[in-house]
Amino acid sequence: MAKRNIIPFGPQHPVLPEPINFELVTEDEKIVEALPSISYVHRGLERLVEKRDFKDFVQIADRICGLCSFQHSMGYCQAVENVMGIEVPERALYLRTIWAELSRMHSHIFWMGTGADAFGFESIFMQALRIREAVLDIFEKTTGGRVILGVCQVGGVRRDIEDDTLKEIVKRLITIKGNLEKISTVFYNDYSIRHRLEGVGYISKEDAYTLGCVGPMARASGLDLDMRALGYAAYKYLDVEPMVESGGDCYARCLVRIRENFHSIDLIRQAVEKIPQGPVAVKFKGFPDGEYFSRVEQPRGEVIHYVRGNGDKKLARFRVRVPTFTNIPAMLKVLVGSDIADVPNIILTLDPCISCTER
Amino acid sequence: MKIFTMSRTVTGNLVQGPATLMYPKRPREFTKITRGQVNNDIETCIACGLCSKRCPVYAITVVKGPKENRTKDWEIDHLKCCTCGLCVEICPKQSLTMANHYFPPVTERTAGIHKLHYTPPEKPEQAAGQEVKNED
Repeated sequence: MAKRNIIPFGPQHPVLPEPINFELVTEDEKIVEALPSISYVHRGLERLVEKRDFKDFVQIADRICGLCSFQHSMGYCQAVENVMGIEVPERALYLRTIWAELSRMHSHIFWMGTGADAFGFESIFMQALRIREAVLDIFEKTTGGRVILGVCQVGGVRRDIEDDTLKEIVKRLITIKGNLEKISTVFYNDYSIRHRLEGVGYISKEDAYTLGCVGPMARASGLDLDMRALGYAAYKYLDVEPMVESGGDCYARCLVRIRENFHSIDLIRQAVEKIPQGPVAVKFKGFPDGEYFSRVEQPRGEVIHYVRGNGDKKLARFRVRVPTFTNIPAMLKVLVGSDIADVPNIILTLDPCISCTER
Repeated sequence: MKIFTMSRTVTGNLVQGPATLMYPKRPREFTKITRGQVNNDIETCIACGLCSKRCPVYAITVVKGPKENRTKDWEIDHLKCCTCGLCVEICPKQSLTMANHYFPPVTERTAGIHKLHYTPPEKPEQAAGQEVKNED
């Protein structure tokens, strides 16, 4: 029997954008056990809900994470709106959808870069960040912020986008689409990428289901699981098609994210075509009294925002169940039996978002 | 042919130049609505303190002087401020504004604190509004 070694992976590691630690128990080059430890960036955001006005807490929910910040504020607002029975104007719902899809794009493009960097393709990392910059410019022009948008509010959105700007966004997205196609061709055709990712970190459909995978992790294993199909915001008016692959390996997860980028562009185009005129926010009175689970599809999968109010201006409880947290058990199962050299790829194709997980 | 694809990329890169901005030679362009930093017009400010109450990161401190001299002290820590704009939104006199350029980088923690002091004029023709920058 080979000697067992424990190799620490993280919290500071070149491929990890955020701190998470794994203790990898290895026998020769194979991993026999993986022990995760999180809580390097815990900020106690859930507790803050007891100290802030429920309307102002949107700004804090926005800051749970950088890459999916808008979806957090949207999920929180949806939950509070449902508790209070607020009817959000349709234009606001469409605007939320547009910003949510742009967020998904900027997260996935960033992932394409960091994922490529993990298997040593640094030029794609540079190209991906160049493309992502165009999406961030759209954010800055429409919301005033580049990463933390801060436009969602209970009852609608803070800012409207003029129709001319919406058309300009669609035009800019055409350019982004062209650039994305160039990068995607490399992912589709490059021999070394396929060799590095195909067959690595395989999760079967059954495992993905039993271990509770969500988002691209689940869809890459053949599970048709997309919360956008629930029809929150303006998704009920758009043709949402979950991007499902059957491979179940790292390469399939890669393909799901690449295809979702193009689907997001299509959804934004559809939303711009259908967006109605009207107000973007509605005034309301009173305080939330009741509880609600809001389910929103983030770039990494399904996020649940639980909100409970007892008629006070400060909420009694706020809970976020983020997709990375749900995907960790599946990742641990995959890590066992894999080569030590494949660990960065397996972890990166999960696209872990640690600041979300630790809130 | 792959050789032509590569030469096209190389030519494109040579013609377009670098994708990054040659900062500080070419300054960064901000949009009109970029949330850069919060400024206060201390003369119109009534020191109601709503901004400090609403600030999610407790970056603003407002002190209203006694009734006899009616002084106002308003202070913001730009390094704490998350530029959410809640204070600008709630200001009843619109004396708070959001500038579209960022607060310049500083080397000391205290250098981000911006203090404003206002003493009302004793005579109406005297302009007494004055801005006191941080002591450090």
